[in-house]
Amino acid sequence: MSVLASAPAVPPQQSSETDRRGPFLLSARRVLLRIGSALFVVWGTVTVTFLALAALPGDRATILLNLRSGQTIDRTPEELAPINEQYGFSDPLLVQYVNYLLGLLRGDLGESYELQRPVTAIIGEQIGPTFTLAITALLLAWIITVPWTLLTAGRGARLRSVGSAIESVTAGLPQYWAGIMLLLIFAIGLGWFPVIGGASVHGTVLPALALAVPLAGFIGQATRSEFDRAMRQPFVLSARTRGMNDLGVRSRHVLRHALIPGITLSGWAMGSLISGAVLVESVFARPGLGAVLVNAVSTMDFALVSGIVILISAFYVVINLIVDLVYVAVDPRLRGTV
Amino acid sequence: MTVVASLTPTPATRSRWRLFRRVPLSVAVAGLTVLFFAVAATAPGVLATHDPVSTDLGSALQGPSLGHLLGTDDAGRDLYSRIIWGAQESLLIGLGAMSIALTGAIVLGFLAGLGPRWVAEPVNRVLEVFLAFPTLLLALLLVSVLGPSAESLIVAVGVGTAPGYARLVRAQALSVKTSGYVEAARALGHSVLAIFAQHIAPNAFRPLVALVALGIGQSVVWASGLSFLGLGVAPPSSEWGVLLDASKTNITVAWWLGVFPGLAIVLVALSFTQIGRYIQDQSEGVEN
Repeated sequence: MSVLASAPAVPPQQSSETDRRGPFLLSARRVLLRIGSALFVVWGTVTVTFLALAALPGDRATILLNLRSGQTIDRTPEELAPINEQYGFSDPLLVQYVNYLLGLLRGDLGESYELQRPVTAIIGEQIGPTFTLAITALLLAWIITVPWTLLTAGRGARLRSVGSAIESVTAGLPQYWAGIMLLLIFAIGLGWFPVIGGASVHGTVLPALALAVPLAGFIGQATRSEFDRAMRQPFVLSARTRGMNDLGVRSRHVLRHALIPGITLSGWAMGSLISGAVLVESVFARPGLGAVLVNAVSTMDFALVSGIVILISAFYVVINLIVDLVYVAVDPRLRGTV
Repeated sequence: MTVVASLTPTPATRSRWRLFRRVPLSVAVAGLTVLFFAVAATAPGVLATHDPVSTDLGSALQGPSLGHLLGTDDAGRDLYSRIIWGAQESLLIGLGAMSIALTGAIVLGFLAGLGPRWVAEPVNRVLEVFLAFPTLLLALLLVSVLGPSAESLIVAVGVGTAPGYARLVRAQALSVKTSGYVEAARALGHSVLAIFAQHIAPNAFRPLVALVALGIGQSVVWASGLSFLGLGVAPPSSEWGVLLDASKTNITVAWWLGVFPGLAIVLVALSFTQIGRYIQDQSEGVEN
């Protein structure tokens, strides 16, 4: 945080290493660069999304009219003109692009073709359950990974091979199939959870687990190799000679190092969790962004599709930016490498 | 083992053969699994026990039995035979998507890793942008533009997974470019083209063989996911994602419809991953 707070006071020239404030200002400069590159990436995703939809075969006004009326017929120019006027479809591409960017700056993602309501309003209503699901899954994944690593990592070759075999299998499970299996076993077979749980707490457990189990396998793989490496470090021996017991060394010293790659992965995982949520929501018929997105894709409601894609990508970029910055704040070794 | 190989001047082919001779059990099982599904994809009639499309309402929604190994669906069609017949489409989509992804990844990754600065910089920026899209969303964006079909599924999954592979290829290209033997060749005055052909290309391409295997498995998973959402192949097909999608209607009474098509996806994905990792380890062993 202090790194961020000092950011505006950076002089343009790089300060020398001998300056006492040197490394600190250096890192502040890099933080600014990192933020700049994140902004560039967000702009890039908007542009790519816009271009993808602009390259679309077929007339957008026709698609829009047919979507609203539920027909697939050719439209007369008289019918198309007001739509082209309203949405600016007949403007030059560059004008449409600039308008779209200006709208984005005002927080306006356009209007859904089908529902004829602002895209931001639709996303705002639906993002809650999806977000809850993703966050719960991330927490669950860590709740599974930490004890699992403490119990099975750094304890000899046999446990390692069993542990990493289980991790590769769970990491390779498609989230949608994990969801189906959990649904079959715990909701239909054992009846512990509702089959269609809606967005209730009780109904969130299984969908969150379906996302968490593959992720836990993935984080576990990264954590295990780092744990094994950290167990060979001198500080382990020195802690042991100070009389610290084995579990203490593992959980207080080794684990702390082992979690670092997993934390990086968590930033990446938020993107994959939110898109995985789309699939898992479909398994559990759960309300959220997933159903809206799937419907928007199949009805070619491009305003809604691009709004959701841009928003999730931007969210993903911001999360990863935060993870990187937290690193610099937490790990002094990384100052100057961001 | 690698030490011995590098000290004794054995021909490259022999030492490589020796490395591959002792294949671990898990890789052997993975190989057999892939072989099974490869046979299913090329000659489904050999493995299937029933006609995959003949309906028999009298035996609808039956559990697994000797007559129907993996049970039947709501139209009385044999699930095992449908999975076998679906292998072709599932694997072809995976193969096609992997080809697109790797071609794109190799071009972009090499340009970003080896190209002159004025090429590498912009390519790197573009890669960074594409890496910000979660795979599924990039694929969905393309499906919404191209419309749902097997062909657009191939393109969507190929483009969706390409950025991740491009990053791996770039890292590979960079590590080869900065390696000692390239530096030595440059110091000896070899031309840029000769260095690329003799040193960079062979060493940068070898690890990519592993990516081919990993890529097929991952593509099958993504493509089936899109079909599962109803945005891929259409229902008369028995592509595995389609089978899973159809299982949702009868999930409370017919567990086998949800379990086995997914198991096929998982088996294919895990087997290809296992083989890919093995090739990766082997090629690293040869290099060291």
